[in-house]
Amino acid sequence: MSTPTRTPSGAPAQMTGAGGRVGDDAQRPDGVLKVRGEFAYSSDLWMEDMLWGVTLRSPHPHARIRSIDVGPALAVPGVYAVLTSDDVPGEKVYGLELADQPVLALDVVRYQGEPVALVAADHPDTARRAAARIVVDYDVWEPVTDARVALGHPTWNQLHDAPAEVTELSRESANLHPHGNLVRHLKVRKGDPEPTADVVVVGEYEVGMQDQAFLGPESGLAVPGEDGGVDLYVATQWLHVDQRQICAALAMPPDKVRLTLAGVGGAFGGREDLSMHVHACLLALHTGKPVKMSYNREESFFGHVHRHPATMRYEHGATRDGDLVYVKATIYFDGGAYASSTPAVVGNGGTMGIGPYVVPNVHVDCYGAYTNNPPCGAMRGFGSVQTAFAYESQMDALAAELGTDPVELRCRNAMEQGSETPTGQVVDSPAPVVELLRRLEAMPLPPDVPTGDDVDLRDMPGGVSNTTHGEGVRRGVGYAVAYKNVAFSEGFDDHSTARVRLEVVGGEAVATVHTAAAEVGQGLVTVEQQIARTELGVDQVTVHPKDTSVGSAGSTSASRQTYVTGGAVKAACEAVRARVLEMARSVVGRPVVDLRLDGGKVVSDLEGVALPLADVLGDEVVEETLEWRHRPTEAVDPETGQGFAHVQYAFSAHRAVVDVDTELGLVKVVEMACTQDVGKAINPQAVVGQIQGGTAQGLGLAVMEEILVRDGRVQNPSFTDYLIPTVLDMPPMRVEILEYADPHAPYGLRGVGEAPNISSGPAVLAAIRQATGLPLTRVPVRPEHLTGT
Amino acid sequence: MDFLQPATWEEALEAKAAHRDAVPIAGGTDVMVGINFGRLRPSLLLDLTRVPELQQWADDDGAVRLGAGVPYARVISELGDRLPGLAMAARTIGSPQIRNRGTVGGNLATASPAGDAHPALLAADAEVEVASTRGTRRIPVTEFYRGVKRSALADDELIAAVRIVPPRGPQQYSKIGTRNAMVIAVAAFGLALHPDRRAVGTGIGSAAPTPRRAPAAEEYLAGELDGLWDSRAELPAATATRFGELVAEASAPIDDVRGTARYRVHALSVMARRALTWAWADYRKGDPTCA
Repeated sequence: MSTPTRTPSGAPAQMTGAGGRVGDDAQRPDGVLKVRGEFAYSSDLWMEDMLWGVTLRSPHPHARIRSIDVGPALAVPGVYAVLTSDDVPGEKVYGLELADQPVLALDVVRYQGEPVALVAADHPDTARRAAARIVVDYDVWEPVTDARVALGHPTWNQLHDAPAEVTELSRESANLHPHGNLVRHLKVRKGDPEPTADVVVVGEYEVGMQDQAFLGPESGLAVPGEDGGVDLYVATQWLHVDQRQICAALAMPPDKVRLTLAGVGGAFGGREDLSMHVHACLLALHTGKPVKMSYNREESFFGHVHRHPATMRYEHGATRDGDLVYVKATIYFDGGAYASSTPAVVGNGGTMGIGPYVVPNVHVDCYGAYTNNPPCGAMRGFGSVQTAFAYESQMDALAAELGTDPVELRCRNAMEQGSETPTGQVVDSPAPVVELLRRLEAMPLPPDVPTGDDVDLRDMPGGVSNTTHGEGVRRGVGYAVAYKNVAFSEGFDDHSTARVRLEVVGGEAVATVHTAAAEVGQGLVTVEQQIARTELGVDQVTVHPKDTSVGSAGSTSASRQTYVTGGAVKAACEAVRARVLEMARSVVGRPVVDLRLDGGKVVSDLEGVALPLADVLGDEVVEETLEWRHRPTEAVDPETGQGFAHVQYAFSAHRAVVDVDTELGLVKVVEMACTQDVGKAINPQAVVGQIQGGTAQGLGLAVMEEILVRDGRVQNPSFTDYLIPTVLDMPPMRVEILEYADPHAPYGLRGVGEAPNISSGPAVLAAIRQATGLPLTRVPVRPEHLTGT
Repeated sequence: MDFLQPATWEEALEAKAAHRDAVPIAGGTDVMVGINFGRLRPSLLLDLTRVPELQQWADDDGAVRLGAGVPYARVISELGDRLPGLAMAARTIGSPQIRNRGTVGGNLATASPAGDAHPALLAADAEVEVASTRGTRRIPVTEFYRGVKRSALADDELIAAVRIVPPRGPQQYSKIGTRNAMVIAVAAFGLALHPDRRAVGTGIGSAAPTPRRAPAAEEYLAGELDGLWDSRAELPAATATRFGELVAEASAPIDDVRGTARYRVHALSVMARRALTWAWADYRKGDPTCA
């Protein structure tokens, strides 16, 4: 069988690297290639005789399809296939948690950009022109665009005036799915249902729709196999969950649908759901030719789920001394047209929705709703980012009401090891919330920047656009702390599989690590090498291409791969090591108690043994494949939300310093400082990279990143108008990493990637609030909010 | 899509005369985005990057004649002292890569109300030199913009150059974007003080269907400065504020994805006030250029 000429299968040689054990600053095996622009991303895939696939998408957020005429498209020279839902041989709907999303539109389209038909042609432009000739007759319906309206719940946009209103939906648009518009309602009930307190603060908050904004568009190449199956090379986050859904749609068994990870240009949750996967396979199987699909930037904005926008109402009650008595919260996540991972997002938002604080009485209602807005699902921080803006804003509001320092109030109520969460779970590993905050406080503040004649415009809000030389600029400082679950929760069987081989190649012992864990840029390939070097005492470690010829590694999400796949690789290495040491004992000919592997040798310090691994192994290839699980979690009680829902928590805190041009409403973040407990930094420089990246993404949501949706239509599907931070927006950082081991986790590590994404934005918002004195209850903050225009 | 790459200006003009629907391309920072997003599908692309005259600038009869194909990066590095307002505008444009490619000629050809060069060109009383096989003409920039992305260019004409008289007084340029770099203007303002003519030039961007001047603000300020040009006395704060208000009143913005009309009006008043304050401070110091 032929393989594409540009795939990461050329990479294994490059993925071999020497040096760097657990705890070292290890270099990425793919780093140099990426910096030089030589790394093959999924959009670079190429085969000689391949066709190009394109997708026709619905222009309407809500409509019934009366008819589709593909004839005019088929008539275009160069077109090989035009497919609709009729051509889907298996299940016509798919989904991560609920199968509710059509592979290709069935009778109703529920969001703008929903795939309706596919075209394969010998040139991408031909395919696009042909797609434009498909005639779809739509009966356009009014879209449902508000989560509360979709659920028939009253709106409460105004805190003090305006009575609650319930909007009646027209009959044809009342229910977007047969099971109604509610995806999930999570209740958390703890303590006194009718608590009272000396001091009460109420706030309503809104978080806009953020995009993952990965740079590598959705892309892949499907190659029909000689066995009637298909090989798919694709950029994704979880090969096996893709495989399951593709198999269902194609009505094929797993051995006929083989996936290999193509070069991934960022993910952040946006590649958990299928995009072009089934489409490319359908076209390849239909035409008998390899089919490449690669979205352009605009299509990419319609091709993946986004972060759920949220509307939240919080009520905090405290004693006059500042002890939290109760928190009541009502949280709405707008899930858009299809479920995607909304149920799990609701789970996170609800169970961790009051932040890392000890509160005796908790009453949370967290809802996920269907609307005709773009589907929302996984994004870094997963349900915790939205609530952190609300609960941290509430902590600041409460501190102001009490006349106390915001950091003091947080420390007074902070969670610690042994604390009980709102779901009744006892935190059974270090929870250094107070220390994270105190360390931030102790860091020196950045100096004021020069203004007037000495101004460097790059330091000013507005940058070189020359809008201020210091006029109207006020500084603010804000703090925030957050926590989030690591790995999959609520009873999910969250495992990973690792295959580790040790053999002698060219006289040197070489380890090969084979997992299906997606490397999306986060550096898992480096971690896999570090663990194998540490456990097997070898320098040369090859990371096998990621594919479905080995068992599932679970998703590259939920900050879980270093924990779970790292744990699997460690366990597989230990199994290999046990066999090798056994072989060494028979070489030595007597029992030796302290044999270990180090420096390519079998070593005993007691007996002074040092056998080269090459001699012990000879021609033997030692290979072990292991499935590894973290300790189980459990589903929460549907009425109270109580239960051991989460296996581990990650904690981080931020201090933001901002300069705000209060007259023009422009913001310059001067400095971000972050403290985070990572349990054990497996690769410290990669940990710092995760903290910087997560911080930037949180800052982006606080001040600029939003997909603007009006009447169900996306207004800014481009990087011209969907803005992400540049180097002049993201300031230098101070980072302090704490390493308090979690005794339940491999090496004591904690997942790293998401926590800094959660605490950074609320700290920026708090700093802007301090600089301006404005309440600011919505992110991203726009100049209009800061100037009252 | 056909592609023509003339090597001389004459060939370029002949090609445009023969193919009036040809879309000229220089830096490609607008055209290629349009093509890649499927919004522009020209039957013919006319590549002007091989025409040597377009890549040059020269002093010509008291003005700088800036070839239409000179990229912003060179405006900044080579003309920062002669054309300070335009150079300041150029610094706000895109990324280094965009400034290496994008040109003032392209900005004019697109004639977007959000084009960054326009407010600086308006404030400096620039002229646009356009040519066809029929001949060459100069269009005052104030008459060049005819509507949203429409200009006075005839369908057989190409932009040859922009002519700007190097200023005798200070110039300023400010632009609002919702991030600190690489952003399309939400609103922009250009200011030129002309002590030699005792006149004031303004330019407003992204706040009306076309880039435009603020004549009432110019007249008001020229009147207020009448007694101050020679004394170089301090400018009353109320004068700067009033000037800002009059600039804002000259705008006619809309609500769009980048900002509200109300914000644009407000921002213009602040930018114009501040720009005047800085320009006047420069003038008092006897410094003809600016920050």
